[in-house]
Amino acid sequence: MVIERTAAELGRLIGSGEVSAEEVTRAHLDRMTEVEPKVHAFLHVATERALEAARAVDARRAAGEQLGPLAGVPIAVKDVITTRGMPTTCASKILEGWVPPYDATVVERLHDAGLVVLGKTNMDEFAMGSSTEYSAYGPTNNPWDLGRIPGGSGGGSAAAVAAYESALGIGTDTGGSIRQPGAVTGTVGAKPTYGGTSRYGLVAFSSSLDTPGPVARTVEDAALLHAVIAGHDPRDSTSIPAPVPDVVGAARLGATGDLTGVRLGLVREFSGEGAEPGVTAAVRDAVEALTKLGAEVVEVSCPHFPYALPAYYLIAPSECSSNLARFDGVRYGLRVGDDGTRSLEEVMSLTREAGFGAEVKRRIILGTYALSAGYYDAYYGQAQKVRTLITRDFTAAFEQADVLVSPTTPFVAFPFGSRTSDPYQMYLADLYTIPSNLYGGPAISVPCGLSEGLPVGFQVMAPTLGDDRMYRVAAALESAIPPLTPPAL
Amino acid sequence: MAAISREEVAHLAHLARLAVTDEELDTFAGQLDVILQAVARIGEVAAADIPPTSHSVPLTNVLREDVMVACLPRDEALAGAPDAQDGRFRVPRILDEEA
Amino acid sequence: MSTAYEPVIGLEVHVELGTRTKMFCGCPTLFGAEPNTQVCPVCLGLPGSLPVANRAAIEATIRIGLALNCSIAPWCRFARKNYFYPDMPKNFQISQYDEPLCTDGWLDVPVDGGMVRVGIERVHLEEDTGKTLHIGGATGRIHGATESLVDYNRAGIPLVEIVTKPVPGTGELAPAVARAYVAELRDLVRSLGVSDVRMEQGSLRCDVNTSLNRPGEEWGTRTETKNVNSLRSVERAVRSEMQRQAAVLSSGGKVTQETRHFHEDTGDTTSGRSKETATDYRYFPEPDLVPLAPDPDWVAALKVSLPESPRAHRERLQAAWGLSDVDMQAVVNAGAVGLIEATVAAGAAPAAARKWWLNELAQRANADGIELEAVGVTPGQVAELQQLVDEGTLNDKLARTVLDGVVAAEGSPREVVAARGLAVVSDTGALTAAVDEAIAAHPDVAAKVREGKVAAAGVLVGAVMKTTGGRADAKTVRELVLSRLSQ
Repeated sequence: MVIERTAAELGRLIGSGEVSAEEVTRAHLDRMTEVEPKVHAFLHVATERALEAARAVDARRAAGEQLGPLAGVPIAVKDVITTRGMPTTCASKILEGWVPPYDATVVERLHDAGLVVLGKTNMDEFAMGSSTEYSAYGPTNNPWDLGRIPGGSGGGSAAAVAAYESALGIGTDTGGSIRQPGAVTGTVGAKPTYGGTSRYGLVAFSSSLDTPGPVARTVEDAALLHAVIAGHDPRDSTSIPAPVPDVVGAARLGATGDLTGVRLGLVREFSGEGAEPGVTAAVRDAVEALTKLGAEVVEVSCPHFPYALPAYYLIAPSECSSNLARFDGVRYGLRVGDDGTRSLEEVMSLTREAGFGAEVKRRIILGTYALSAGYYDAYYGQAQKVRTLITRDFTAAFEQADVLVSPTTPFVAFPFGSRTSDPYQMYLADLYTIPSNLYGGPAISVPCGLSEGLPVGFQVMAPTLGDDRMYRVAAALESAIPPLTPPAL
Repeated sequence: MAAISREEVAHLAHLARLAVTDEELDTFAGQLDVILQAVARIGEVAAADIPPTSHSVPLTNVLREDVMVACLPRDEALAGAPDAQDGRFRVPRILDEEA
Repeated sequence: MSTAYEPVIGLEVHVELGTRTKMFCGCPTLFGAEPNTQVCPVCLGLPGSLPVANRAAIEATIRIGLALNCSIAPWCRFARKNYFYPDMPKNFQISQYDEPLCTDGWLDVPVDGGMVRVGIERVHLEEDTGKTLHIGGATGRIHGATESLVDYNRAGIPLVEIVTKPVPGTGELAPAVARAYVAELRDLVRSLGVSDVRMEQGSLRCDVNTSLNRPGEEWGTRTETKNVNSLRSVERAVRSEMQRQAAVLSSGGKVTQETRHFHEDTGDTTSGRSKETATDYRYFPEPDLVPLAPDPDWVAALKVSLPESPRAHRERLQAAWGLSDVDMQAVVNAGAVGLIEATVAAGAAPAAARKWWLNELAQRANADGIELEAVGVTPGQVAELQQLVDEGTLNDKLARTVLDGVVAAEGSPREVVAARGLAVVSDTGALTAAVDEAIAAHPDVAAKVREGKVAAAGVLVGAVMKTTGGRADAKTVRELVLSRLSQ
């Protein structure tokens, strides 16, 4: 079936003319119609535009043009990324109906490469969360078990790809928002080196951490997409000028199943308790599988990694409290309470109160606190120091190992409502993913097995600009274990 | 001892222009208290002699030339405006003087 | 004001740079464009937009710092200043906080025949806000307004903030020092070519801080005065605050730390916002911009290529014009240095240029309470006027009438002469006729002149001037009178 093909396969089939891009898009749109009532991955479906884009690819092919490897492949875009003429809500009421007048750089690159944007996917509001339960438009259901979360904040794109509604997805990862949904939905989610993919057009949550990245069903697919969207952007001052590492070549090399000479660093601080036993077991098996492929395992200590989560929950809310200040009902979005009797200050406050969900409000207040005069040094200032310490840990660890490995997340997909009464319990889902965000290094989650019937994700972390390394190891693991297929929907 | 009081939360909500309800004040104060106690442990390692990291990319001097780029047409700039008049964004009366 | 108190003043000046594009985006910065036609996702702060710093703005800021003898930071960052206001699209301003680009400089300011060295604390770079129109109130200000309209054309234009160190020890001269500092700073910035620094257009904005203390005691509580929109206002605002604070203190009261608003019409200040609880701006390093580390070779090259300072410039002009220190100071005090220089460049002799600007035009400016530059005549026009006098088309009196016409925007001097028919009567025939008429009308005076009392001719000259409506050259008329009477 077309929808079960990988993106790489679809690209080849379309490129050779065996199947039309329009046919591929229609097949995915049909799938969406069939399963969306159960999955609810999409906030906006761009049927007409998608078909137009697909037909355009077919026309180019007919005119003899050489198409790129992903031309005509359908993709879902997380609703935190601006798409010109298509609603972008960040799963918030405060941006309900907002249509951006410009495309994000990563979206422009998708269009240039001929990918077909099917629509915008659900997420935790403003990318804050680990379960997509904080979406203002209702949760997304994990295709593996519709009563469980698909992860967050990018649960929609991961679920869409896991449910074969789309071949690919674009997400954003600030503390694990691509990787953790990947882990709990049995898909591949990668966070490139910070600055490796442009943030222009990515509605900012935590500016020094946000990183757009690929969501796919295979490592090669993720690498192909990574190569399309990555690269320097002069509109983003934090965009890295260095050339994009050869992630596709690395993925294909890894797929040959030979990891001779590759040193895997097992992070001691993430190998003990804290993870569910089923997760620990699956990860251990994965490590074993990798050693059979020739990899060496070495234990490394990253003593400050346990402080990453608390530091993150100071840095990210601080930056977001500032980034979200622009949502005030003046220039776009929701405006509440403007009945002619109220002042602007009141209208702003009522608008933000009505437009933001509880988790967003919590983080704004927390961030405002951490930045206040008198508290800055104790909170934000200290958290930035922890970042330095985490970076030193990574640097030291990468002298002993080529990549670091750990579970992606401590628990498999949990039932709805099981972590929403205690915010900090939800934050724990990001325990293993956060260090890479603070350091700025790339990391990927690749499925490594099941625990009680639910997917487990294996995380590979690499040094900054060493994205190719993680793709190689992830592809090797993928080649060594049977693929995971969710139950029929 | 609570790390953050209800009054403090109310003050912060005002600074952040959030008209929180009384119920939210109570809930948030409790939840933020838990979070703050948890994050306070960074004090264990964040010694005075450690330099802070504000940017993970080691870039400096990223600049653009003083060359014009096309603007947004006005109708697009105002397209999302909840209220516009005479080509400007209209807002209700402002209380505070500019900072 | 009594000398029971000593003032300490400080000034914060904002200079809007004249770069072609905004600080963080490529939108144009033209003055007077239709509202919201010079905006883009970045300067509108649309979700997802990101800033990229303008190299020309950074260069201009460094040059300003170098001209003010500052140290240039080898490494510094931008910072976010967080507060809510509708003219700020992001509800934070990208500025600099504890790492300004330039620090610790000074500017020597000529005041009252002497020099005062004003210390410069810092020079930093930030983005300007949009403009808000307040509708419904009586004065166009916030109070009483029912709604406001916002235009973001100005949002994002680069703004350089120059903050002085506190300036004590100026005594009664404090108002003059404040004014002279702003004037000198303005000339300095203008000489760098980085801004047109026009206070009336808002490309130079000034806030003044004032405090008083008894001699030998600690400095007092200071107030900040805003809405100071001209050099005259700077002086008046400081004087007014000194007087007000002295009155408060003498009656046993305490000066409240606050922001005050200066009123052009009354010359007084009124209380604005209380600054007791200072706003917490929650500054933190701007994560969307990477640090600035100006290349030392670049900075050295900029320093070497700085233009002549206004002070050196003035000294050179003083020598070229052959003026005494006192006379040159008068020119400086009148704000006429540049104007006279431009008039000389347009062809007039220095003495003539000086006469026009310092006498005629300075009087008019003072009478109308405006700056000399704003009086409505350009240096080119003054030069043209003088040329008309030199070539005999106008006499002094006529020239002043023509000047009235130019000020009233009737056109250039030649156009006013033509339109109003103000040229000197040079037709000898007509003049002779007028002279004969005067002689006939004053036979006794004519007789005296014939007898040798040449001085009496003045009456006849006056009569001719009257009949020609002042449009005759007095010297020519006198010669004609004498020659007619000697026949």
